[in-house]
Amino acid sequence: MLLNTLFIALRSIRRNLLRSFLTILGIVIGVAAVITMVTLGNGATQAVQLKIASLGSNLLMVRPGQRQGPGGAGGGSVPSFKEADAEAILTQIGGVATVAPEGRSSVTVIANGRNWATTVTGSSNAWFQTGNWTLAAGRPFTDDEQVSGAAVCVIGETVRRELYGGAAGSQGLGEQLRIKQFSCTVIGILASKGQAGMGNDQDDTVLVPLHTLQRRVTGNRIVATLLVAMQDGADSAPIKNALTQLLRERRKLGDGDDDNFNVLDTQQLAETLSGTTQVMTALLGAVAAVSLLVGGIGIMNIMLVSVTERTREIGLRLAIGALEREVLLQFLIEAVVLSALGGVAGIVIATVASILLSSIMGIPYLFDPAINLLSLAFSAGIGVIFGYFPARRAAQLDPIEALRHE
Amino acid sequence: MSAAQSPSATPLIRLAAVTKVYGTGQAELLALKGIDLSINAGEFVAIMGPSGSGKSTAMNILGCLDTPTGGQYLFHGAHVEALTRDQRARLRRRFLGFVFQGFNLLARTSAQENVELPLLYRGDSAEVRRAAASRALASVGLTGWEEHTPAELSGGQQQRVAIARAIVTQPAVLLADEPTGNLDSQRSVEIMELLQGLNEAHGITVLMVTHEPDMAAYARRLVHFVDGHIASDEANASPTRPLAATTRSH
Repeated sequence: MLLNTLFIALRSIRRNLLRSFLTILGIVIGVAAVITMVTLGNGATQAVQLKIASLGSNLLMVRPGQRQGPGGAGGGSVPSFKEADAEAILTQIGGVATVAPEGRSSVTVIANGRNWATTVTGSSNAWFQTGNWTLAAGRPFTDDEQVSGAAVCVIGETVRRELYGGAAGSQGLGEQLRIKQFSCTVIGILASKGQAGMGNDQDDTVLVPLHTLQRRVTGNRIVATLLVAMQDGADSAPIKNALTQLLRERRKLGDGDDDNFNVLDTQQLAETLSGTTQVMTALLGAVAAVSLLVGGIGIMNIMLVSVTERTREIGLRLAIGALEREVLLQFLIEAVVLSALGGVAGIVIATVASILLSSIMGIPYLFDPAINLLSLAFSAGIGVIFGYFPARRAAQLDPIEALRHE
Repeated sequence: MSAAQSPSATPLIRLAAVTKVYGTGQAELLALKGIDLSINAGEFVAIMGPSGSGKSTAMNILGCLDTPTGGQYLFHGAHVEALTRDQRARLRRRFLGFVFQGFNLLARTSAQENVELPLLYRGDSAEVRRAAASRALASVGLTGWEEHTPAELSGGQQQRVAIARAIVTQPAVLLADEPTGNLDSQRSVEIMELLQGLNEAHGITVLMVTHEPDMAAYARRLVHFVDGHIASDEANASPTRPLAATTRSH
């Protein structure tokens, strides 16, 4: 009986294609909205996590000044770090994998008759480890080059492409590159990290030894940032405390003085930021879920109209011997099949929309099977709930009255 | 040769002192005031009477769509007045075929699918349905029109599809409620000849409500209702016959 009733219901849907389409439109939009919102939200969360991971996992960024957050270097009265601070952190604090002192300067680099505005970073070989960098070609600095401040550099993929052209990681190695007044030899090319999302190109940099930067570019001995990489699985809180303690001593701060430096924990930052995007995802999903509910009410509305409109048809079916539960089941199946079809259409639209939007927004597209299944089940459930009342009304019609209905 | 008085067989249909009351209290309306009627298998009965005479109420009870307020209705020996709604639906599905004044075909649905509809509720397989529907359409002269929807058929053709739908289950009784009410006289004659043919060639019992004496004249027994009573019940010794020379146009 079920199979037959299913067949009858499917015929009825096919007979009323336009009405069926309009009926499911609300569900289609609702399901598409929920899935698109959740998928994009997940993608944004992952983009944030990727960006932070590309800064270096388990990384503490120490900067002078009290203000929190990136770019928060304080005023002129705050003393900067010294190279010796890096050495002290590495030797005196347990759980630290490596420490890279870092200085930066904005410069225009010239090579091959072309110029390019970029950032020159001065640091040690530890910088590769703190930033999760690998070399696509060439070699890191030698100890000699680091101590003497030799005219050598490692360039990021964006700089290499702009100055030398050619395929990724290929040309440029061994060439000369002019930074301000001095010329240096390109000894290595960084493997590309790609766009880290939100318009920040990490490949747009030139790395030179710290002494090279200090002597030939900035002309001072300032170390702007200390990048502290912790060992895998190390707990950041005690390391952070020990680090703060050590730096306070080295910077001769009294008990009453505030810290004149700040420590940014990328792990913590990752948790905070991805927590934020997750809340946004939940919020957007909830708003979209309301539209799904409205879509369900739309189904009930049209099914009720359909029962009224098809009163004579129902009367005929009852007269020629359809049982009450067969009519009930027919209308119920119509509602469920319609809303499930709407769910499937919604999933298709959501997939296309998510792929398009995520590529426009520069975030990864993550297929989430759970939300797709959930939306499909939910839309079929809506069919049962909102289809039941109209179906029961249809089944309980008096065949004589129904046949007389105009 | 009046079948009504045939003493031998148990009647297919027997109404005994059937009453029907609509409404309650002040609004109470006695539509049937004690009807006694026996109909044997193979009869062609026309039920006539003015509006409000109770003929439609009687037809609804005979068609097991409605139950009497009082009295007994025996169909095939079963007490219909004691059956539940679903039991009556099963009885209709098995023994009865309906033809309505307004055809009541499913819109945007081919003739074939319309005729198959009662078989779907019986749970017949697709092949059985197709074969039976083709046979039924052939017996109403609509071979070749299987794929046409009601909108593409004339009124007469639509009523033929409706008759095919009524007889596709090979019912014991065909109930026709004003089957020619929406048709012009030429189509009406065709429908009446078709019903007469089904009655005589296939032995289907036909009960027909009509207020047109011309149409009633095709039946072999005429029952007149007046004011909730049967005023007269007589055999029609010379039913109208199709002219041998009549050429049918579909």
